[in-house]
Amino acid sequence: MSDLVRTPDDAAPPDPMVPAIHRVRRTRQETPDTWTLELEPVDGDGQRTYAPGQFNMLYVFGVGEAPISISGDPTGPPGLLAHTVRAVGAVTRALCALRRGDLLGVRGPFGNAWPIDQAAGHDVLLVAGGVGLAPLRSAFCRILGERSRFGRVSLLYGARSPRGLVFADDLRRWRARFDVEVEITVDHAVGPWRGHVGVVTQLLDYAPIEPEDCVALLCGPEVMMRYVGRELGRRGLPAERTYVSLERNMRCGIGLCGHCQLGGELICRDGPVYSLSRIEPLLRIREL
Amino acid sequence: MKGLEQLLAEHPFFAGMEPKDLALIAGCGTNARFEAGDYLFREGEPADRFYLLRSGRAVVEVHDPARGTITVLSAGEGEVLGFSWLMPPYRWVFDARALELTRALVFDGACLRDKCEADARLGYDLLKRVTGVMMQRLEAASVQLLDVYGGVRAR
Repeated sequence: MSDLVRTPDDAAPPDPMVPAIHRVRRTRQETPDTWTLELEPVDGDGQRTYAPGQFNMLYVFGVGEAPISISGDPTGPPGLLAHTVRAVGAVTRALCALRRGDLLGVRGPFGNAWPIDQAAGHDVLLVAGGVGLAPLRSAFCRILGERSRFGRVSLLYGARSPRGLVFADDLRRWRARFDVEVEITVDHAVGPWRGHVGVVTQLLDYAPIEPEDCVALLCGPEVMMRYVGRELGRRGLPAERTYVSLERNMRCGIGLCGHCQLGGELICRDGPVYSLSRIEPLLRIREL
Repeated sequence: MKGLEQLLAEHPFFAGMEPKDLALIAGCGTNARFEAGDYLFREGEPADRFYLLRSGRAVVEVHDPARGTITVLSAGEGEVLGFSWLMPPYRWVFDARALELTRALVFDGACLRDKCEADARLGYDLLKRVTGVMMQRLEAASVQLLDVYGGVRAR
């Protein structure tokens, strides 16, 4: 029998296909259809560390699994996870319906990360659209936590309407800081909105870049990222220093199943963060 | 106090324009100030002005009885507003309202058109600048129409 007893020393690494059970610690409604879930591991071991830009597969028992970016503050308490989910299908609707104390499965973290260390010493421009602010929130929190390592830091955020803005409390707090620029725009506004109205590319006029000394991180709908990437190119920023986070049909999370394949790339394994110079040619191929 | 020509020369819209052309255009302009809530122009009224915003913020709106007033565009320092003075029937198609104290250079549209007719080179220069802004606005409007934040794959 003794050979069946495992000690911590010879314990196998966690199987990436087996979900770790987590409990919902807190939920927060961001918009009418978007919720942020704070999760903690049930076994108390703590979630493996993650880097801003990575994602987890969240599993609602009896419903299914969906890839969701980590939106938490990596400088916060260890072990806590935050995911921001927009209800757009069966699994995400079930995720948004979870409440405090509910259990779910978590696999991950998967994928690569935003190149934050490479951006140290440079200006950093973050451009987010809609719920695309979620994966950039992690990066922004880390940058704020190490603010002196970076030059000018700007966050430009666009949403469909004022009701579609996620992380409203964070945005208020960030806008009050003197060491970062935060500009927000909405496509259309009804009611007492006093901010910008227009697409997020128009905010670039409010955050002038030094093309030779800037790294841009973009996350949002693919069309939005294409337009922003093109506009940054017009302003002289090389595609090698413009990074995007892609979303495809991630399933296994470890590059085995091929569901998220884009040309020769497996987004879950090789991405989701890519330089525009590497991924843009693939985005232009309609058949992919 | 800065003269109109100097204010024009400092505005991004007229960046690089020759001083003699700036002097011609300045002859059509005046300084204006709008308090929060003041309308710069209103839908259906004669479009006889062109606005260069120097400070503050204004919004372009359309009123829909079902949805109320919808803001479709905002503009601030260094931006321009109002193109309906360029083409017949010279009527505004939207409302524009100051959100806060807004200072602007306001130009008489008929005066500008006359000067452009009289001097084709000046007219071409001005039209290129207007077309550049209109292209940006058209591209932005197209992206707005795409409703990129609405169409998300179910999962």
